[in-house]
Amino acid sequence: MNKLTAFLGSDFTYRFRKDKVAVVSFCIVVFLVLSAVFAPLIAPYDPYDLKSIDIMDSELPPSWNEDEGDERFLLGTDPQGRDMLSTILYGMRISLMIGFFAVLLQALIGVSIGLLSGYVGGRVDAFFMRLADIQLSLSTLMVAIITLAVFQAAFGAALYSELAIFMLVLVIGIAEWPQYARTVRASVLAEKHKEYVDAARVIGMSRSRIMLRHILPNTLSPVLVISTIQVANAIISEAALSFLGLGMPVNKPSLGSLISSGFEFIFSGSWWITVIPSIVLILLILSINMLGDWLRDVLNPKLYKD
Amino acid sequence: MALLDVKDLEVEFPLGRKTLKALHGISFSLNKGERIGIVGESGAGKSVAAFSILNLLSKPGRISAGEVIFENQDISKLNRDQMRHIRGNRISMIFQDPMMTLNPVLTIGTQMTECLKAHRAISKEEARQISISKLRDVMIPSPENRMDSYPHELSGGMRQRVVIAIALLTDPSIIVADEPTTALDVTIQAEIMALMLELCANNNVGLILITHDLAVVSQVTERIIVMYAGRIVEEGQTQDVITNPKHPYTRGLIKALPQENSPGARLNQIRGSMPALDAIPAGCSFNPRCDFADEQCHKDIPQLTGPKTHTAACIHIDRIPAFQSTGGLT
Amino acid sequence: MDYLYFAIKRLLQAVLVMLVISLIGFSIQDNLGDPLRELVGQSVSENEREAMRDRMGLNDPFLTQYGRFMYKAVQGDLGNSYFFKKPALEVIAAKFPATLELVIGATLLIIFFAVPLGVYCAINPKGWFSKFIMAFSIVGISVPVFLTAIFLIYVFAVELGWMPSFGRGDTSDLLGWNSGFLTVDGLVHLVLPSISLASIMMPLFIRLIRSEMMEILEMDYIKFAWAKGLVPVRVWFLHAFKNTLLPVITVGGVQVGTMLAYTILTESVFQWPGMGFLFLEAVNRVDTPLIIAYIIVVGLIFVVTNTFVDLLYTWVNPTVKLVGSR
Repeated sequence: MNKLTAFLGSDFTYRFRKDKVAVVSFCIVVFLVLSAVFAPLIAPYDPYDLKSIDIMDSELPPSWNEDEGDERFLLGTDPQGRDMLSTILYGMRISLMIGFFAVLLQALIGVSIGLLSGYVGGRVDAFFMRLADIQLSLSTLMVAIITLAVFQAAFGAALYSELAIFMLVLVIGIAEWPQYARTVRASVLAEKHKEYVDAARVIGMSRSRIMLRHILPNTLSPVLVISTIQVANAIISEAALSFLGLGMPVNKPSLGSLISSGFEFIFSGSWWITVIPSIVLILLILSINMLGDWLRDVLNPKLYKD
Repeated sequence: MALLDVKDLEVEFPLGRKTLKALHGISFSLNKGERIGIVGESGAGKSVAAFSILNLLSKPGRISAGEVIFENQDISKLNRDQMRHIRGNRISMIFQDPMMTLNPVLTIGTQMTECLKAHRAISKEEARQISISKLRDVMIPSPENRMDSYPHELSGGMRQRVVIAIALLTDPSIIVADEPTTALDVTIQAEIMALMLELCANNNVGLILITHDLAVVSQVTERIIVMYAGRIVEEGQTQDVITNPKHPYTRGLIKALPQENSPGARLNQIRGSMPALDAIPAGCSFNPRCDFADEQCHKDIPQLTGPKTHTAACIHIDRIPAFQSTGGLT
Repeated sequence: MDYLYFAIKRLLQAVLVMLVISLIGFSIQDNLGDPLRELVGQSVSENEREAMRDRMGLNDPFLTQYGRFMYKAVQGDLGNSYFFKKPALEVIAAKFPATLELVIGATLLIIFFAVPLGVYCAINPKGWFSKFIMAFSIVGISVPVFLTAIFLIYVFAVELGWMPSFGRGDTSDLLGWNSGFLTVDGLVHLVLPSISLASIMMPLFIRLIRSEMMEILEMDYIKFAWAKGLVPVRVWFLHAFKNTLLPVITVGGVQVGTMLAYTILTESVFQWPGMGFLFLEAVNRVDTPLIIAYIIVVGLIFVVTNTFVDLLYTWVNPTVKLVGSR
């Protein structure tokens, strides 16, 4: 409880409350994340339950459309007759889940390599940093597209759609570790020679203990800033891959695949199938990015630079 | 009429809700061809004073009051374009670190000729010839070849020579040099200082030398201004100030010089340190560090007093015992 | 001498990268699809198949097969596309101009908008226009390329009808190059796709140029340039901008790959007949030779552009020697 009051009274909280953009972005992110997490409770229908879907209900416009709107479906229905609101909630759940786990994987790999590289130095360091250079110069999206395309071709679409969610997390997660590794390595190098680390070594602390207990906490604020932006990037990448048909399948759609499946209907007037999930996607990414920008300004960590 | 007359100059840095004052109204003047030194510890405001002459303060610093009268014109009120014709033309600057002063991606030649071309209607070739002759003046070997070099191809001492050559390009009447030798090797410092002295004397150029090194100032300048916490605390002919410093701060500075100490003895440091801009004490700002400070010093801000050739800002100027120098500087 | 050393070092690197890519390409070919199925039908007996496999060398050791693959690949033979029944490389090459022109269009947009806007924001960081640009750029970063593309099509092609919604329009022959640059129709078709492709990179570069330049403007050498009495344009665009360019070029080099990836998205929305669109079709048809040809061509583009970016960097930055390690 003491920690909570200390946090609420801190400079950080003060600056947060003074910045309207940050507060609004934060509220939107929290609202979207909560509605995604509790989608099974909130959503009026279960879009995965084929029995509840009636093809007769397909392509109904949102309920505020007086001619054709149906009050059962607040945001209308998609071509298969699924309730858009429910599908969007479940889709956002998948998008966020992939974004979150992919970034978790990135951070796990990146922070470990960064700590190791910075603390051990020498050849290990040179090797990992060279690898990071190469990894960075290969575009994540390009690697993801090619890898997923090849896997899809190899497995066949049916099996692939089962594995899609793991593949997406894996591909997006592995490709972006250098961001973390470089930043963490830089802070390790900065911290390594400070007195308190020497002191810890002198009293006989083991290497791993020094790294985990003393150096790691100092890298937290850059890691937090990177993670925020990276979640947004991961969600964008996922959406792009799904849009290309290399991501989530239509029967278990993410926001990206929802937009993709509605794209062809935009010309025939059924705009809501694409537009509504697009707005949700943009709102989600934008508010995460705004929050990330604000965090970077406030925490002002030393991010890795060439 | 002095060439340059700085009157009650105040500089402040607005930072969020509070505004920090870096200069609390300083006044000094410089005659044609005269060389003066501004000394003080870091944070005394001497660099701010130097940069405010050409209105080159780093953001968000600004001149909040006072005048900088140069050739009968208050140049602190000029707009950017008018100021441009003074900078690098009538008044030049030399910066502290020659490693950082020259643009790494442009050749020496480009960085010299552009300055000439900014102020005079001359051809490229003429600008090149003038540049080469100035490089020769500052003793740079084979100046023609150096014109096409990039800064990183020169040593620190060479670079500072180039910077001096740039400062002299347009035959200015004043050069403001901000710690021009601090970043250099000790062996090169004396060379560069001698060069500057010679060039200024030969060309009748006024010099404002900013430094924390009293030894350097005593060799080069005719007059000394001592600054502390944004104020001038002592001013006078170099000889007078060195041999008979009046202000306790100046005394402290002189006593702290290695030359003033017997070998093996502890250096006489001034206790404490320069206050931060937002923590300047009331009254005389030197009072926490002064041996003679009493209650009055915590209340009244002292003004410069004494004969025109040697003034000091200390309330107890008459009570302080005579200065005993070991003669290290003379 | 420096150039020779640089050329050799670069060539070795390029060969290494291409070897790795070819290995990837080959293992894809090895695991993806059965070439026999494409050649003969289901009607051939198991014995005959085995005989054919032997004859085609499909039962040879991995390295032998890879050697054969490489031998052909070096001669430009990456096999025939299953779908087009033509050499895969030829099929890709025919689509290359379309993609390149799209990339050129987007790059021009980025250079002509991001540079002045980024510089402006760095010079007047507190102005309302800078704040507007910065706000706009964060929106730009947050909107996925394909949504920008869809939005542009919806507004300018569907609702307003000002612009075509798909394809390349009229193309003409420019020294054997199938170009859309020479006809009005071709240029009009290029507008929306180029804007889409530029839309995600532009804000990135505006922000990068702004932050790098703001840092540079605080440097001593910029202050010294002001102290010399130079005109502002010269201080900003020569002294400051030339230094700003260095990190921008580095990032630009890294972004080439990303740009290529985004061509796939842009081409797919606009049905732009380029390599990316072709690649997606090839994936859907499991046209293995075409997939491999695309990967190898992308690898080549990657190697070439990186070499070019390195050269550009050394050209701008005199302190880096070609031989130097960067």
